[in-house]
Amino acid sequence: MTSAPAAYGRVLDLVTRVRGVRGAMLVAGDDGLVVAEQLMEGIKGPAVAALAASLASRLRRAMEAAGVGAGQFWHLQAEQGALLVVPAPSGVVVVAVAEPDVNVGLVRLELLRAAEAVG
Amino acid sequence: MADDVKALSAELAQDPDSLVFLRLGELLRAKGQLDAAHRVALTGLERHPHLADAHDLYARILADKHDFERAFDEWDMTLRIAPDHVGALKGLAFLYFKVGDVQQAAAHLEAAQRVAPDDPGIVQALALAHGGEGGPGPASPAPEPMASSPAAQPLEEARVFAGLEGAQEGLLLLDPSGRVLGGALKDPAGRDVTDAVAAYLAGVSQEAGRAAKLLGLGNWTGLAAEGQHGHVHLTPPTGSALLLVVRERAVPMGRLAIIAQRAAVAARRWLEAQA
Repeated sequence: MTSAPAAYGRVLDLVTRVRGVRGAMLVAGDDGLVVAEQLMEGIKGPAVAALAASLASRLRRAMEAAGVGAGQFWHLQAEQGALLVVPAPSGVVVVAVAEPDVNVGLVRLELLRAAEAVG
Repeated sequence: MADDVKALSAELAQDPDSLVFLRLGELLRAKGQLDAAHRVALTGLERHPHLADAHDLYARILADKHDFERAFDEWDMTLRIAPDHVGALKGLAFLYFKVGDVQQAAAHLEAAQRVAPDDPGIVQALALAHGGEGGPGPASPAPEPMASSPAAQPLEEARVFAGLEGAQEGLLLLDPSGRVLGGALKDPAGRDVTDAVAAYLAGVSQEAGRAAKLLGLGNWTGLAAEGQHGHVHLTPPTGSALLLVVRERAVPMGRLAIIAQRAAVAARRWLEAQA
């Protein structure tokens, strides 16, 4: 488990090094506050973090109600890009913002690794 | 007929590369031995992946097994290989008819009629598609899905997802406040969880839209999520409605997106009809 804030940077590096990723964040799942971020200029981190945490929470409850179990990865697709999210066991949510032509499979793998490192 | 199956099986065993699997698969399908027909068709397809008739045979077996999504893919593949394949044109017409897209059904039947103008089954099906009196007639050839399937019966217009697989356990159409417009959802134990899931999803469409806007990503087009025991896919079929597709984990995410696209077409059509 990575606990020192300095180590969060290394965790986020796992994600942002993937070609097509515009930024990555660690977000507290319960209150939607940014824990750490590496974002390209112009991305409104705190607002995106709040919405991502809220979406993750709604989805988690809906998925549990549907009987498909806890969400392990989700992918918001939009016309000009994507938001990809993996929840870590601690409740922190690892978020990536990506270009539309990003290799989603690769980002997913790195997000899962990052979530494992965060613990 | 059993002797025919034996004879054709023996012929195929002697020459596994022969095209006799087409006749054997069709014969087994006609006898209702769908699992055996499925095996024969799949083995044949492995040896002849570019043979349009093999994809057509496989599609008809899948349609008989009510696996309409994969049947669609196989007939679609058939037409990519042989654009004038009458069986595939009729098969796709059957599937379009089944989901209530009469216009597409008629277009495919008209294309089939241009290739086979004397096929009485196509004439009857076209009459049905155009709202005529013609129903499935006795002259229709038995192996064709248009004639042998319940698709040639009146559509259930009232149901949003009529004819789509999982319409009553894995597809849900919601309004912006989470009210159920159509479909239903059951959990793996078979319990109805429609209302509970709908309540949690109220407002998701707006939140997804706001997140995408904040990031400068344009309109959101879908939200796919992997769960421990299953996958879900959310799509906005129109600006405010929300479509949810749930499938077991064995269904890959890419396939889920295709299922969601098809369900979105049905949902959009239904919403337009209600407007």
